[in-house]
Amino acid sequence: MKSILTLTVNGRRREDLVPDNLLLLDYLREQLGLTGTKQGCDGGECGACTVLVDDQPRLACSTLAVQMQGRRVETIEGLAKGGRMSRLQQAFHEKLGTQCGFCTPGMIMAAEALLRRNPHPSREEIKAALAGNLCRCTGYVKIIESVEAASG
Amino acid sequence: MNLLPDVRVHRPATLEEAVRLKAASEGARFLAGGTDLLVNLRRGLGEPTALIDLTAVADLGAIRREGEALWVGAGVTLADLARHPDVPPALAEAALAVAGPTHRAAATLGGNLCQDTRCVFYNQSQWWRESNSFCLKKEGDKCQVVAKSDRCYATYHGDIAPALMVLDAEALLVGPDGARRVKVAELYRETGASHLTLAEGEVLAVVVLPPLPGWRAAYRKVRIRDAIDFPLAGVAGALKRNGDVIGGFRMAITGTNSAPLAVDAAELIGRPWDADAAAVLAQLLRKKASVLRTTIVGPAYRRRVIQGMARKLVDELWA
Ligand SMILES: Cc1cc2nc3c(=O)[nH]c(=O)nc-3n(C[C@H](O)[C@H](O)[C@H](O)COP(=O)(O)OP(=O)(O)OC[C@H]3O[C@@H](n4cnc5c(N)ncnc54)[C@H](O)[C@@H]3O)c2cc1C
Ligand code: FES
Ligand code: FES
Repeated sequence: MKSILTLTVNGRRREDLVPDNLLLLDYLREQLGLTGTKQGCDGGECGACTVLVDDQPRLACSTLAVQMQGRRVETIEGLAKGGRMSRLQQAFHEKLGTQCGFCTPGMIMAAEALLRRNPHPSREEIKAALAGNLCRCTGYVKIIESVEAASG
Repeated sequence: MNLLPDVRVHRPATLEEAVRLKAASEGARFLAGGTDLLVNLRRGLGEPTALIDLTAVADLGAIRREGEALWVGAGVTLADLARHPDVPPALAEAALAVAGPTHRAAATLGGNLCQDTRCVFYNQSQWWRESNSFCLKKEGDKCQVVAKSDRCYATYHGDIAPALMVLDAEALLVGPDGARRVKVAELYRETGASHLTLAEGEVLAVVVLPPLPGWRAAYRKVRIRDAIDFPLAGVAGALKRNGDVIGGFRMAITGTNSAPLAVDAAELIGRPWDADAAAVLAQLLRKKASVLRTTIVGPAYRRRVIQGMARKLVDELWA
């Protein structure tokens, strides 16, 4: 079964024919080739697949693509503008908020959602907003510092 | 690529249409935030023929006052529930205790109440379960937790139901034969393989919260990772103090049995909250909570921690 999906991905309106049972994660990665969004677990546990839907963080692995009808989806690929990384991306780069990098797209999208609704979060608010995102490398300290640097 | 059953997804705009579609398509399931159902379907836990996505049903997403009562639509997300000024603190607390922030931005009240029961032998991949000869809840003929049992002991781990139970909330159900209102406790029965009492085709539309002047309520849970986990055990309490004695008392538990259960503590009414009363409550909890080997944490800890949490919670409500 397939449906026509009309939505906005990273600022561009699209219309695609998608299988009804396609996950948003696989739509982004396999159908659109936006492989920045990662799959880190077999469902809902790790946050590596976090994207923004109408500015809210969303697990692309626990969402169907067809549920995105008329919605505004943003992935890590949408943050850089004119070939320049966003302030938040730059901060992750400079403050060593990324090591192997696998959790990074999800971390940055979750942090981006936080900064859009609260541009100057406290350390506690940053921790709470990233609570669903696992990182096996950094120990989280550098990640929190990166978000702080981008919000200062 | 992840494989999901080859379903047709319907996206009705009204409740009537959702109910009609459900009645018309055999083997269809409702879908809301997907944070429980889609995760399970990816593990082969369910073979729906169609999914009826409730997230486009506009009238399910509202929180409004109706006379003295507060009506919360089943489609309200847990993030919105937790930050709405009219929502009682105990309910906001329970909503905030569910999963992680990204789940809560999508997860709904209705999906939380109707979530599946859980078990270490059930929430596993197809090949894992197959290598274990499956279990009573799905595809197998033997309960892996209680060997000689003829019923499934999968456990209900929802955080919000117990909070709603002590707040004396009701659920408005809409089905092909019309609407009915039941107490939240009546949504459940204590059997792991079919713990919901909703009739075929019924949708949970609204949760109705009555005003509770003079009551204080709260919810507490323990979990492995405080950031993101289901409750190993959870307890909600509501107390109305009448001078030096307990005037009203309600308690409900989750994460212990196949349904969230009310703890009948009528014998505490009219006495002060002291060490004797706490011992009575501990005894009642010991009888009610039949914790089994359904989580990776052993049952002994969960049995004890629920008593400790309940005592602390009532201490706080009494103070
Ligand atoms: C890592 C992880 C951690 C989690 N931790 C917790 C936790 O701590 N506490 C907790 O309670 N849950 C937890 N969950 C489970 C889940 O995220 C929540 O229960 C969530 O509230 C489910 O809501 P949903 O809208 O996503 O439901 P869905 O997955 O869309 O639906 C769940 C079930 O409810 C049915 N349903 C949905 N809406 C209705 C309706 N209106 N009427 C009738 N049936 C309906 C669906 O058919 C389905 O069977 C966790 C999940 C994950 C992946
Ligand atoms: S891939 Fe792990 S939460 Fe989505
Ligand atoms: S940088 Fe490797 S998982 Fe986070």
